[in-house]
Amino acid sequence: MSKTKEVKAKEPLFHIVARDVMHPGASFGIRVAAFVVALLLSALFVWVTVKVDLITFLKTMFRGAFGMDKVFEAEGFENAWTALLSSYMWATLKAAAKLLIIAVALGPAFKMRFWNVGAEGQVIIGAMAAAFVMYHYSTMPGPLLLLVMLVVSILAGGIWGLIPAFFKTKLNTNETLFTLMMNYIAMKIADYFYNLWRGAKSALGMINQTSRAGWLRSLWSGKDAAWFRNEDLWFMIIVLVFTVLMFFYLKSTKQGYEIAVVGESHNTARYAGISVTKVMLRTMAISGAICGICGFLLVSSQSHTINSAMAGGFGFTAIIVAWLSKFNSFTMIGTSVLIVALQNGSMLMANTYSDRGFSPSAADVIVAIMLLMVIGCEFFIKYRVMFKHSAKEAKA
Amino acid sequence: MAEQNTQITAIRIQNVTKSFGTKVVANKDVTMDIYRGEILSLLGENGSGKTTLMNMLAGIYFPDSGEIFVNGKPVSIRSPYDAHALGIGMIHQHFKLVDVFTAAENVVLGLKEEGKFNLAAAGKRIKEICDAYGFDIHPEQKVYDMTVSQKQTLEIVKALYRGAEILILDEPTAVLTPQEADKLFSVLRNMKAAGKTVIIITHKLQEVLAISDRVAILRKGEFVGAVPTSEATELSLTEMMVGKKVELNIERPDPVDPTLRLQVRNLSCHNHEGLPVLQNVNFDIYGGEIFGIAGISGCGQKELLEAIAGLQRVDENSEIIYDAPDGKRESLIGKSPKKIKEMGVSLSFVPEDRLGMGLVGSMGMVGNMLLKDYRRGHTPLTETKPSKELAEEVREELEVVTPSLNTPVRRLSGGNVQKVLVGREIAAAPAVLLTAYAVRGLDINTSYTIYHLLNEQKKKGVAVVYVGEDLDVLLALSDKILVLCGGKVSGLVDARTTTKEEIGYLMTNLPEEVHTDAKPEEAAKEDGQQ
Repeated sequence: MSKTKEVKAKEPLFHIVARDVMHPGASFGIRVAAFVVALLLSALFVWVTVKVDLITFLKTMFRGAFGMDKVFEAEGFENAWTALLSSYMWATLKAAAKLLIIAVALGPAFKMRFWNVGAEGQVIIGAMAAAFVMYHYSTMPGPLLLLVMLVVSILAGGIWGLIPAFFKTKLNTNETLFTLMMNYIAMKIADYFYNLWRGAKSALGMINQTSRAGWLRSLWSGKDAAWFRNEDLWFMIIVLVFTVLMFFYLKSTKQGYEIAVVGESHNTARYAGISVTKVMLRTMAISGAICGICGFLLVSSQSHTINSAMAGGFGFTAIIVAWLSKFNSFTMIGTSVLIVALQNGSMLMANTYSDRGFSPSAADVIVAIMLLMVIGCEFFIKYRVMFKHSAKEAKA
Repeated sequence: MAEQNTQITAIRIQNVTKSFGTKVVANKDVTMDIYRGEILSLLGENGSGKTTLMNMLAGIYFPDSGEIFVNGKPVSIRSPYDAHALGIGMIHQHFKLVDVFTAAENVVLGLKEEGKFNLAAAGKRIKEICDAYGFDIHPEQKVYDMTVSQKQTLEIVKALYRGAEILILDEPTAVLTPQEADKLFSVLRNMKAAGKTVIIITHKLQEVLAISDRVAILRKGEFVGAVPTSEATELSLTEMMVGKKVELNIERPDPVDPTLRLQVRNLSCHNHEGLPVLQNVNFDIYGGEIFGIAGISGCGQKELLEAIAGLQRVDENSEIIYDAPDGKRESLIGKSPKKIKEMGVSLSFVPEDRLGMGLVGSMGMVGNMLLKDYRRGHTPLTETKPSKELAEEVREELEVVTPSLNTPVRRLSGGNVQKVLVGREIAAAPAVLLTAYAVRGLDINTSYTIYHLLNEQKKKGVAVVYVGEDLDVLLALSDKILVLCGGKVSGLVDARTTTKEEIGYLMTNLPEEVHTDAKPEEAAKEDGQQ
């Protein structure tokens, strides 16, 4: 039975060794290098498929992401503002704000090592709750209606986040699967109400189209300046406020400290007298509630209606944003802008060169190359590969 | 047949050294032979490098230097796969099985056999192996339906299926009941009879004497020697294992005015599998003395400290009573660490698992100083200023080497991590200070700093509990030593008069009246009466 094979007296070719700590400058360098390599690879891909050269590619990408056509040529603030609103830049900022608030909401859960992948559903259910109030109680005074919508959204999102946390603490269910599945339940609930309210119409359209009850803009009067009445702008401001608050919540509060300890080790938390169950429930309620607020903002300021696709997959993209930012709220600002910029840039590529066969799917390839490189480079930040030769040197 | 084979060398380990990091040398220049067809016990205290040495044969670790010969040929074992090819199989302490798979599926997992995947044929071969050695597992049985003993058997089958001629078992009886252990021993004897070589890693002397042909002893990573079991006694083995008494220059001030601080009565508890880890433990701890606890790893010392600290669920009827310096008496049973703190009981605890329980690895010194006091102040914000000052103080007094107070403690060396933890716990001005392996992995100087700190606490009237693994230190530092063996108290001795051999013996033997060997006799008696 024994089948003794010849095993050569040879050392392995290379080892993968965990790095102690990398100099911040060096790790930044690696990330920049990964970004450049990704751009070059994408350029190569574009050259091979549709014969667009590197410079044109970069120009188109940049224009699609941050283009501000006619903004600087416009005369007077009013005209420049109008031009800005229809620019690529504005579209990027608007989408980035949406992505950012979801990433900010995921921050505390992820810091606690609770893998909440249910932001999509939490946003939808928050939006649903807001729309429900908006639809059925449209006669309420404007500010009160918006307040009730906000509160109901917070509750709905919070409870949606609380459910998987409850089962995790009681039965130790897997939170990733649980939160993921909750997304689909939320989507189906949204579908149900969409169809219910739509009735015989072909589409639901905007809710309270004429009365504008429950619309954020119903708060301003006609005398306010045009830029002040812009709902997108307020959306961005509110998102930034949440970003700042979340940063300090995690950094400087007792609750934030508890989250960090629970995320590091449940045993350490118990040792310090922290109730893991309590922290887990509270944090997921907060995470879900902020997603709920995002839902409220989407309904009241952006779409004024609901459908099951209203979160647009941003609940999932936000996971990448949160991870890439190491759960730091301020870093998330840059990361979400970058990701949306990539998506929008490659989308313009698709629109411009669709006649040559460059489809939106090809645009996705560019985003994928970028993400692969940016995430992949983390490996080289965490580990280093030591060849036989260098392994010996390191030991000496 | 086995007798004839005993002198043929199956494995030769020559000048093998393995170290982890720059400080921990797990094996130092070990040279030893393993003969074909023998049962060899590898004996040594905790941390003597037994498992590390065997892991190098199993392909888990790769030696830093030295050579390994199998059947006379030099080999390089780079992975468990290489080990299998050489006929070496290791059964680890923690089983490596897939719960939702059947026995047969687990056995064939990872095998690259030629031809079609044939689970039925594999099952047949497994059945043959089981019949040959008297194993009671079925190829179709799922692992989650198995007892711990069956899982271990499955691991053995797995190794035999892969053609193992040399089997290494790492503390195989640690998870078994005495009856299951007896069964395992008869299986091992069967395997020896079939010409296999068996190595068992253990620190239980009775087992060594009961099963093995030869005993090889490691101490602090070095090979001390090997003796035929027939020529060994428990005493001679203990001496080889613990070594000659080393005179340590640790001060031991006489206790001044010891006062009762903690009473433990009938303390019992069970682990997750429902096995008893502590049984009817009784003792008193006095302020102003150092109370040492000795025992082999897994004898319940961890649970004992955690029970006092409010981190371990205990059985009914257990009592832990805290006698406060002001005369109040409080029961600590069923209280969380937070509750204990709120009751005004000043209890400090340096747990064994520094980064997994005592500290937050990703935080710096300041964040860690905050751990037990983060609730300070009435605002929702944490008050970091006092923690910053404390961190500064600990850093200066204990000479903690860290790039900054905010460098994650995970990146500090073991000694510095321990200083941060001990510093914080002492700064809390405790009445009871529990320490588990306070000097594990520390260099001599740091260790002495810690001993000095503990003595300082003792002089202040603190009740210090010191769980340690180095018997020389325990003897030199403690006033009393409680010895645990398998979750029971096997002795409480005066550290000034006892000997190292006595403690070593108590660690592995229970006093006669509670000896496990007595049980079958009692059972037999009862049977007779019926």
